[in-house]
Amino acid sequence: MGALDELTRPAADGDHVGGVPARLVASPGSTAEAAALIAAARELTVVIRGAGTKVHWGPPPRALDLIIDTRRLAGIVEHAAGDLITVVRAGTPLADLSLGDQQLVLDGPAGATVGGTVAANTSGPLRLRYGTVRDLLIGITVVRPDGKVARSGGKVVKNVAGYDLGKLFTGSYGTLGLITECAFRLHPVAAARVYVRAAAPASVVAAVLSAQVVPSAIELDSATGEVAVLLEGTPAGVRDRASVVEKLIGGELSEQAPAWWGVPPWHPDGIGMKLSVPKSRVPALAESGFPVRGSAGTGVLYAAPRDITEVERLRALCVRNAGHAVVLTAPPPVRDILDMWGPVPGLALMRRIKDQFDPGRRFAPGRFVGGI
Amino acid sequence: MTDLDALARRLRESLGSGQVITDRQELRTYECDGLAHYRVVPAIVALPHTAEQVATVVRACADAKVPFVARGSGTGLSGGALPHADGVLIVTAQMRRILDVVPEDERAVVEPGVINLQVTRAASPHGYYYAPDPSSQQICSIGGNVAENSGGAHCLKYGFTTNHVTGLQFVAPDGELVRVGGRAEDPPGYDLLGAFVGSEGTLGIATEVTVRLTRLPESVRTLLAAFHGVDAAGAATSAIIAAGVVPAAVEMMDALAIEAAEAAVACGYPPGAGAVLIVELDGPAAEVEAQFEEVTALCEESGAFEIRIAADDAERALFWKGRKSAFAAVGRISPDYIVQDGVIPRTALPSVLRKIDEVAAENGVRVANVFHAGDGNLHPLVLFDDGVPGEAERAETTSGAIIDLCIEYGGSITGEHGVGADKAKYMPRMFGDDDLDTMQLLRCAFDPDGLANPGKIFPTPRLCGERPGRHRAAEDEDRFPGVEVF
Repeated sequence: MGALDELTRPAADGDHVGGVPARLVASPGSTAEAAALIAAARELTVVIRGAGTKVHWGPPPRALDLIIDTRRLAGIVEHAAGDLITVVRAGTPLADLSLGDQQLVLDGPAGATVGGTVAANTSGPLRLRYGTVRDLLIGITVVRPDGKVARSGGKVVKNVAGYDLGKLFTGSYGTLGLITECAFRLHPVAAARVYVRAAAPASVVAAVLSAQVVPSAIELDSATGEVAVLLEGTPAGVRDRASVVEKLIGGELSEQAPAWWGVPPWHPDGIGMKLSVPKSRVPALAESGFPVRGSAGTGVLYAAPRDITEVERLRALCVRNAGHAVVLTAPPPVRDILDMWGPVPGLALMRRIKDQFDPGRRFAPGRFVGGI
Repeated sequence: MTDLDALARRLRESLGSGQVITDRQELRTYECDGLAHYRVVPAIVALPHTAEQVATVVRACADAKVPFVARGSGTGLSGGALPHADGVLIVTAQMRRILDVVPEDERAVVEPGVINLQVTRAASPHGYYYAPDPSSQQICSIGGNVAENSGGAHCLKYGFTTNHVTGLQFVAPDGELVRVGGRAEDPPGYDLLGAFVGSEGTLGIATEVTVRLTRLPESVRTLLAAFHGVDAAGAATSAIIAAGVVPAAVEMMDALAIEAAEAAVACGYPPGAGAVLIVELDGPAAEVEAQFEEVTALCEESGAFEIRIAADDAERALFWKGRKSAFAAVGRISPDYIVQDGVIPRTALPSVLRKIDEVAAENGVRVANVFHAGDGNLHPLVLFDDGVPGEAERAETTSGAIIDLCIEYGGSITGEHGVGADKAKYMPRMFGDDDLDTMQLLRCAFDPDGLANPGKIFPTPRLCGERPGRHRAAEDEDRFPGVEVF
């Protein structure tokens, strides 16, 4: 345990995950340090924590010895502007990425690190035009639960050499190992942008999608009855398209996003759900009587059900509409009697993947689908 | 009766005799894919019509510990569908139904044998199309596209197959039918879909694919710019990207590639051009107009001596004709050639091209360059005459040296053709032992017996843990038993 003593410190009061206290905390400053730490911690159960914005999401770990805090794994390794790519350490806060007239288009919940965003696969309004983590991540470096360092992909956008481990780690909730570095495709910051905001029914979403306006985002908030469309591009192009959208949905142009734009609808201590349905079924969700908010243009919405009965009704509604629903976060009394992930197709293969990467089931045990 | 005879009989009983081929002459039809200099005659060819039949064949292979290889249209350029001499080749070309086109969800559901372009044809009456457009899109299948994560000229803006598949049904190597994703996004759990797309048939066989449909753009503008040399054309590309424009495509051809295209299809590119760029912008009309002016000016500033703007679809097609026929066209100026597929950071283009010239000169061969300049995907065509002793070897050396250049500059050994049989040997140059080992953890989860397309991608198979009483069919033999190299 000598090596571990040098690499870790005793946990403090705040060092718990979903109410399960950790014994130790470590903050490696490089991939090599992280590999040495994980190799020395081969007997320990581990949860990885970035900025902590989502660390209490999901079921609590079955056991927890060590929290690996990624925040010292920070900074931009490379920003090749001419190639529209960047390589970033996982603990870097997304808000700290300063990329000039280029951007990494990941606009999930505020305050998150790069690694946390990848591991939890969060997304925001801009997913409609730019996709999600899986569309932007072009290379990844990870430390496996046995301490070996591995990478896949690279620094070029177009690349089909070998398996795409980046996709496997995206949304894996820290169950397969530690992400230390990510390479991303970037996009230019648009010269102009404008929102069209209207009080309008969800049925207008289909009209905006089928118009020739290339929206960057179409967001809906059923509690206020508002729909908001973001247009980006050249000043002339944006003006042109904004007037088309204005005619389609009514409302008015605004430089400002609505206050609810990209903000999860739940209270920090409440239940938060992610709902996903085919695009044409968005009105069915919006008109269900449950307040929903989110990316109406992609069919990914969020809800804040008040109790388990509402969770089950929302999930059933999604399933009836060829979709699915996941409880992202819930207070302990709810969480402990709920299947947060719901039914998951392909679970047998997922268990086999977990067995290969983490045969000791030490990384985030019990936090993922099917108790993985 | 051998094990393979018994397997063939079992397959005939379950599929029907017309769907199982064991006649040596008929089997030869399937001995190679688009990479014709590797040839292996498979032991058995199965032609399933349904997902259940694919599952039946794979389960029979799993029971008999016989390797299997999936094949769509057989247009792949890395030998990904190269058969196994003691295995079953499972051809999905009979599964060609378009099951559903759902414009309101921006999705289509198709069987794996459906031809890429047919998806676009089915969707276009609704105002949509299927964005990934490999040059072989008139004949390549969606199942093959999924296996290879196929790209195309327009993936600079629109991404690759993996960005356009939202649901899959596939047969895992144990014969189980698995369904992941669908018309909705972000299915919970590990991204099996992301793992599967681009796995080159080593994780199973896709039997149904749900793809994204993309709205047809309101406006498409295409220009052809002629430069005195590749440096100027490269500078124009850099200027366009630096201006924050994301064209639908930026394609470059050098003088030798232009010469070949002229000889083959008389595309009428500007005489005297040392390089041409094809730049295509698409999107809302006002947006395209503004950016098109900017792109035209940037090409002029970078030294374009002639710029042609396509007046209509016919002229646009003519611009593309030279580019899309470039591979085959070099046959007009050289008896033999190797098509290479490598990637470099786009900004390294000028120095890499100079080094390719040096390597070619050292080896006494010519290299024609065709590339997706926007994303740094090079397709050097190494020209040689197999009739001249030693020239084939020198061409092979040149081709390998180009791949080394791609790695040296931080790029990739393949941008869209795949690793397959052809480039497995290069994988250790791009990835370390632990990288390859970690990738193969995924393979072990899907295919512990190593029966799905063995020998492809990975130069050395990984042992998937202790499996008492079981034997690995593929790894104890040579990687491609019975292979003939032409």
